Amino acid sequence: MSTASTVIKAKQRPGDRVFSGSAVFAGSMILVTLAAVAIFLIVQSLPALFATSEDASILPTNFWAYVGPLIFGTVWASALALLMALPVSIGIALFISHYAPRRLASVLGYIVDLLAAVPSVVFGLWGIGVLAPAVQPLYSWLVDNLGWFPLFAGPVSGTGRTILTAAIVLAVMVLPIMTAINREVFLQTPVLHEEAALALGATRWEMIRTAVLPFGRSGIISASVLGLGRALGETMAVAMVLSASGALTFELLTSVNPSTIAANIALSFPEAYGPNVNVLIATGLILFIVTFAVNAFARWIVSRRKEFSGAN
Amino acid sequence: MVVHLPFTDVAEARKARDLTSQASQHRLDPCNSNPEGNHVNLKRFGVPAVIAVTAALALSSCASNEGGATPEESPSSLSGNLVGAGASSQDAAQKAWTAGFQTANPDVTINYDPTGSGAGRETFLQGASDFAGSDRAFDDEEIAAGGFAKCAPDSSIVELPLYVSPIAVIFNLEGVDTLDLDPATLAGIFAGTITKWNDPAIAALNEGVELPDQAITPVHRSDDSGTTENFTDYLFAAAPEVWTWEADGVWPFEGGEAAQGTSGVVDAVTNGTGTIGYADASRAGDLGTVAVQVGDEFVPYSPEAAAAIVDASPFVEGRAEGDLAIELDRSPSEGGVYPIVLVSYLVACQEYAEPENVELVKAYLSYIASPEGQDVAAADAGSAPISDTLREKVVAAIDSIQ
Repeated sequence: MSTASTVIKAKQRPGDRVFSGSAVFAGSMILVTLAAVAIFLIVQSLPALFATSEDASILPTNFWAYVGPLIFGTVWASALALLMALPVSIGIALFISHYAPRRLASVLGYIVDLLAAVPSVVFGLWGIGVLAPAVQPLYSWLVDNLGWFPLFAGPVSGTGRTILTAAIVLAVMVLPIMTAINREVFLQTPVLHEEAALALGATRWEMIRTAVLPFGRSGIISASVLGLGRALGETMAVAMVLSASGALTFELLTSVNPSTIAANIALSFPEAYGPNVNVLIATGLILFIVTFAVNAFARWIVSRRKEFSGAN
Repeated sequence: MVVHLPFTDVAEARKARDLTSQASQHRLDPCNSNPEGNHVNLKRFGVPAVIAVTAALALSSCASNEGGATPEESPSSLSGNLVGAGASSQDAAQKAWTAGFQTANPDVTINYDPTGSGAGRETFLQGASDFAGSDRAFDDEEIAAGGFAKCAPDSSIVELPLYVSPIAVIFNLEGVDTLDLDPATLAGIFAGTITKWNDPAIAALNEGVELPDQAITPVHRSDDSGTTENFTDYLFAAAPEVWTWEADGVWPFEGGEAAQGTSGVVDAVTNGTGTIGYADASRAGDLGTVAVQVGDEFVPYSPEAAAAIVDASPFVEGRAEGDLAIELDRSPSEGGVYPIVLVSYLVACQEYAEPENVELVKAYLSYIASPEGQDVAAADAGSAPISDTLREKVVAAIDSIQ
């Protein structure tokens, strides 16, 4: 592009200037916004980072003891959600891209996209009203019969509003974005690769395993990162569904569950004042950093695997 | 009793008339202080714009605050703008009071911001509000520290317990509609030491009730709330040997089920099995409720019994005249008193630094304290109307405001 402009000296038309100007503006706005958010978070957080229970009544001892279980809960709930959503989203995407008849595939793709438009409050209501009561008998059974397994230790929650239920709701919420990306990636598999695999005698599953999945690996990781990002930051659905008590525990089926950062802010902010507000904003800063770290980690994985992705 | 007209229609019609006739009748209305601006809209954008503006104004909160009265028939000389902030528990009641008061006094605008008790006290202290709503009275240290920016120097504050709301202990147990529990058993259930519904402690208090061999799931609020503060205050005061945590708006230990807000708790109790929780009594619905032991009898919640505790409790000692902070007696000896209540205060200056809003504050607080105001809150927010004995003291306190 730059060589063309230096060699030929194209005449600058107003349309070009306006367009390039607005593109630069849009590009820089995202940086400005991000910087503004980061500055706000840091400035507001500073008093809280070294606060103790004497400064802010919300703190048990110091800030890190307060935010620790929240970080754990956030990552734990999101990881569980991702664990459930990833295989399902790959399955749906493969079905749409390689198994379903074309007409069914387009309808199904549309429905999955529609799922993304459901507000999180609605998912929260569904989680409380439908999902939690429905899975509670299953949880009781798991605790009674598989209670020796640490994750399923009792006592079982009487309402089903556990971290596993919250993770299921989160999984449903991140499913559309992950499915959409996986589907697009799988559809881009070079037809030559697929036909070559089939010509060598591969079954359809073997063709997907040898041609489609390796090609789509970085896309699957990107999809997971986007899904994880949404799960980490999800607020309302978790706040409504989860029975959070701020404990640090891996148990999935009890009433005692770790809270997540976003849900905790939503629950505590309305009555917070003075230094407690700073503490809550500081937990927001931590969430910002966690999300940033997760994204960076995934980018690093994608870039490391790029040469082996088979995308050439 | 004020009858609410379908005020959106009235307001809409009135706004439309104002806009089209350009009467530029300037009223003290922050929503529509610039009729000239509307004139421009009318010419440039025509009828659709007028409809849009009209609809927006009619639907906006300011318009809905005004009630159905017409300004021409103003029976009152009061005018001005009153700002309050504080307890979200009072929100529904404040909306009812605001609507009722502004209907009678159309030139008055009252804004109550339900920011939470702590923030409300802070705002009042800094002088950013004319009055505060708070789920607890200012404590002795805060009053000694002083510095109430709206008040005259050396002025005391007036604290009025005008919002009394019973907290019901609700449960969902098949075939059981009501249970008798003493404070120690209730505290044991919520502390997690009593874990089965057929526990001997519960069975002994409820002879003849068939109690299932089922786990108890206690449900508490996951957000910081005055309801939790008053409930834990009750448990700590009435059963200190079982409930060892002091009163706090945040649930004091890890354990039990947590749910967001009053509706979250009610939902969790309704949808769960063997659940028990606490919520504003107005939201108890069809759920089973607990009658708590007071003295030798078991008292189910009722507005009268809830209001009675305020009369049965002494005022905090050593307070200025007009400061009606109550030392709630959570284990009263008298019968007919329901001890699990949330008492929320309205806080004002005894003497304001600026005289401009004094009449307005007094009129508004008088309206809230009046039988009419208390009934409006009872109807809209499910609170318990205060007794005539308390009203006498409240009225005297309001009269002392200057």
